Amino acid sequence: MEKIVAWIDDRFPMTKVWEEHMAKYYAPSNFNFWYYFGSLAILMLVLQIVTGIFLTMHYKPDAELAFASVEYIMRDVPWGWLMRYLHAVGASMFFIVVYLHMFRALIYGSYRGPRELIWIFGMVIFIALMAEAFMGYLLPWGNMSFWGAQVIISLFGAIPYVGDGLVEWLRGDFVISDATLNRFFAFHVIAVPLVLVILVFLHIVALHKVGSNNPDGIEIKKNKDENGIPVDGVPFHPYYTVKDIVGVIVFLMVFSAIIFFAPEMGGWFLEKDNFTPADPLTTPPHIVPLWYFTPYYSILRAVTWEWLPGGAKLWGVIAMGASLVVLFFLPWLDKSPVKSIRYRGGIFKAALAIFIVAFIMLGWLGTQPAEGINTILAQIGLFIYFAFFLLMPIYTRLDKTKPVPERLT
Amino acid sequence: MKMLFLLLTVVSMPVFAAGGSLHLDDVDIDMSDTASLQRGAGLFVNYCLSCHSAAYMRYQRMSEDLQIPKEVVEDNMMFTADRIGGLMKSTMPADDAKKWFGKAPPDLSLIARSRGPEWIYTYMRSFYLDDNSPSGWNNVLFEKVAMPHVLYNLQGARHAVFKKDEHGVEVFDHFEMVKPGSMNEDEFDSAVRDLTNFMVYLAEPARMVRYKLGVYVLIFLAIFFVFAYLLKKEYWKDVH
Repeated sequence: MEKIVAWIDDRFPMTKVWEEHMAKYYAPSNFNFWYYFGSLAILMLVLQIVTGIFLTMHYKPDAELAFASVEYIMRDVPWGWLMRYLHAVGASMFFIVVYLHMFRALIYGSYRGPRELIWIFGMVIFIALMAEAFMGYLLPWGNMSFWGAQVIISLFGAIPYVGDGLVEWLRGDFVISDATLNRFFAFHVIAVPLVLVILVFLHIVALHKVGSNNPDGIEIKKNKDENGIPVDGVPFHPYYTVKDIVGVIVFLMVFSAIIFFAPEMGGWFLEKDNFTPADPLTTPPHIVPLWYFTPYYSILRAVTWEWLPGGAKLWGVIAMGASLVVLFFLPWLDKSPVKSIRYRGGIFKAALAIFIVAFIMLGWLGTQPAEGINTILAQIGLFIYFAFFLLMPIYTRLDKTKPVPERLT
Repeated sequence: MKMLFLLLTVVSMPVFAAGGSLHLDDVDIDMSDTASLQRGAGLFVNYCLSCHSAAYMRYQRMSEDLQIPKEVVEDNMMFTADRIGGLMKSTMPADDAKKWFGKAPPDLSLIARSRGPEWIYTYMRSFYLDDNSPSGWNNVLFEKVAMPHVLYNLQGARHAVFKKDEHGVEVFDHFEMVKPGSMNEDEFDSAVRDLTNFMVYLAEPARMVRYKLGVYVLIFLAIFFVFAYLLKKEYWKDVH
């Protein structure tokens, strides 16, 4: 055995990589509940790829056949229904995990220096994941697939001068059609997943270069023993591998409960209107994107001020784009001397609480008709969303922070 | 740009169903009630399948899942296919159907998932006689629907009585029996419940297994959890 390992090590840095990233990667010993979602995100990525491969074996990317092929998977392919539910419900679970992972970064300041690049890679992953989910949603070729894609692609039409041409180029046709379905299939099954895997790799390489943050927001590398090992660190393997297995099982229990007992989640994970085949002549009474897009969809619809130069639609699209772009600047907007919420003052805690409420409210409003009080609430939500980020340099400076301990608590 | 505006307008519009009563009656859906599913299947192939298809469903699957012997299905239920492995397709050509009804009858494979069981249960019990409609029938839940009341010889023919509400708008009040059918009200409700139950099965045959399987999966994970938790505890006992 040792001989084989030595033989490989002479030709490939197997032991080195294993030690650097697992057995001798020292992670802070005080990870709590919020630190499960990184490994769970990897689990979801792998699960989506594996179930996706099986679905691809039976799915037909053809406007005439797509809907029927999904039903064929649901009925005639052995265990096809399970693969399909794992994949379709998995998309929602992936976003739940990713949103909680991002929330963790927000409360413990994991985006702060020296981890700015980890955050930026993460944000690109988030946007790639949105593209992946959006294009995957067209593939079942249900009526909501069709009209959802119609609405979202039309958004590009708001761009001055090139908009209409751009929309046609994206669709490959004058309407959402077979050509659109085929190219979305190509992006969904290979182009975007490839980008995602590479980005996840970069995200982890960057993380292991600087080391993990922790709920105290202090650097364990500042406190090393005589062997150069952080005194507050434990090797990732076996400590966090055995711990993450527990997290994985609990997560799988929740996931399985949904898959087996409520795969539609009352229409939140699988929409009713998507059980009708795509029909360009019948608009669903209520076009709603899936829940993970609704906060941004709400921001888009909240801009109704027609007096803006170029019109409200254009600014709605700009606001939606800006709501994602602003996240990239988070590491430089936060001027607080401390990272973790544990040592921050009341101003940041209040700002974060208001932001979370506004974000959830925007998400809920995105599923409701944009009329009357809903539009006003969405505008308030939009204002809070941007204020949280743009005013951050001011309120994080004003905030009264507590002294940060030398060692993990 | 115009398209976008149009779309956003449509998107922003609230939902209005095709008039009539929006109240849906509750229905008891039970995949373990095999007798009900079998009766529902009987009603479905006799009354629905002549015009509607359930083109994603195979007779054989139905025979296996609902424990209806193959011979019974072949001799008494397969009006629209030659082989038991065939799909449940209507024999009515879509072009003719469009000519006769103004709209081809929709495929019913997934209707219980897109409309919901309560909708089907209420809809099938909401037909009434209407001289102004081409088919002679109308429906309180789905006004001006092209479909006639196919179960009228079971339920009987009824008139709908409307009244004016406080805003002077005509709203449905109650039904009046004109010519009773072969079933009384309770029997008919129970028959429609069987039909609805079957259509819920039809929309997702995996329902027959997923609940049972889910219990085993959760039991397995619960046992796995105990071992994983003990392993974690063992490793972590030395860390402060």
